[in-house]
Amino acid sequence: MWSWVAHRVSGVLIFFFLFAHVLDTALVRVSPEAYNDIMATYKNPVVGLLEAGLVAGVLFHAFNGLRVVLIDFWSQGPRYQRQLSYGVIVVCVVLFVPFAIRHLSLVFGH
Amino acid sequence: MTTSTPVIQAPRNRASKSNFELYSWIFMRLSGVLLVVLVLGHLFVNLMLGNGIHDVDFAFVAGKWSSPFWQTWDLIMLWLAQLHGTNGLRTIINDYAQRNGTRFWLKSLLYLASIIVIVLGTLVIFTFDPCIDPDFTLSVCQ
Repeated sequence: MWSWVAHRVSGVLIFFFLFAHVLDTALVRVSPEAYNDIMATYKNPVVGLLEAGLVAGVLFHAFNGLRVVLIDFWSQGPRYQRQLSYGVIVVCVVLFVPFAIRHLSLVFGH
Repeated sequence: MTTSTPVIQAPRNRASKSNFELYSWIFMRLSGVLLVVLVLGHLFVNLMLGNGIHDVDFAFVAGKWSSPFWQTWDLIMLWLAQLHGTNGLRTIINDYAQRNGTRFWLKSLLYLASIIVIVLGTLVIFTFDPCIDPDFTLSVCQ
């Protein structure tokens, strides 16, 4: 139930980020300065923290999505759905912690 | 007789023999699996390698899109992500917007936004010109 809610919430957040991200990337067709200016905002510490939140949302949505695929297509999936939920949390933490250490030290270290 | 049982209307598209919902269900799973690889690869290359986000600027994009590999990667990722997200939001609108008019307008706005993102993003990938930067002295810009 809660993973279902979190999947929807993270999906909607990623959708709105994707919209903004395609628009900001489109500035490469305007001028190098316009694109570099918008990329400078991505490098500021506050936005850097938001990026870490975005990556946490992407990781959850990715691995919970794989869990949904396993429940739907793997014959043993429904039986192990609870263990798969714990697996999603473990994989997300294992990937997110090194990411956050590296990304935040880059964001705050410059 | 007093009852609080909600009245459930008959399915809206009963006459329809379309398998659209089945295909969109399958598409969500296929595109989702591909997007795990495409998006996590994109995040790793752009945020973890080199100096991470500090490397991302016009020259970084020019370097990546000089390669058909990254052009293709980004194009497939753009289309799959936007279609996957559009279908996800379509499902959410159908679930929570109760009035016919509200559903219609929210989905119209959703489809308009999706068309803009897919068309704009595709044009940007195919028409990108590194030579609009006067600092570039690449041989292709001579």
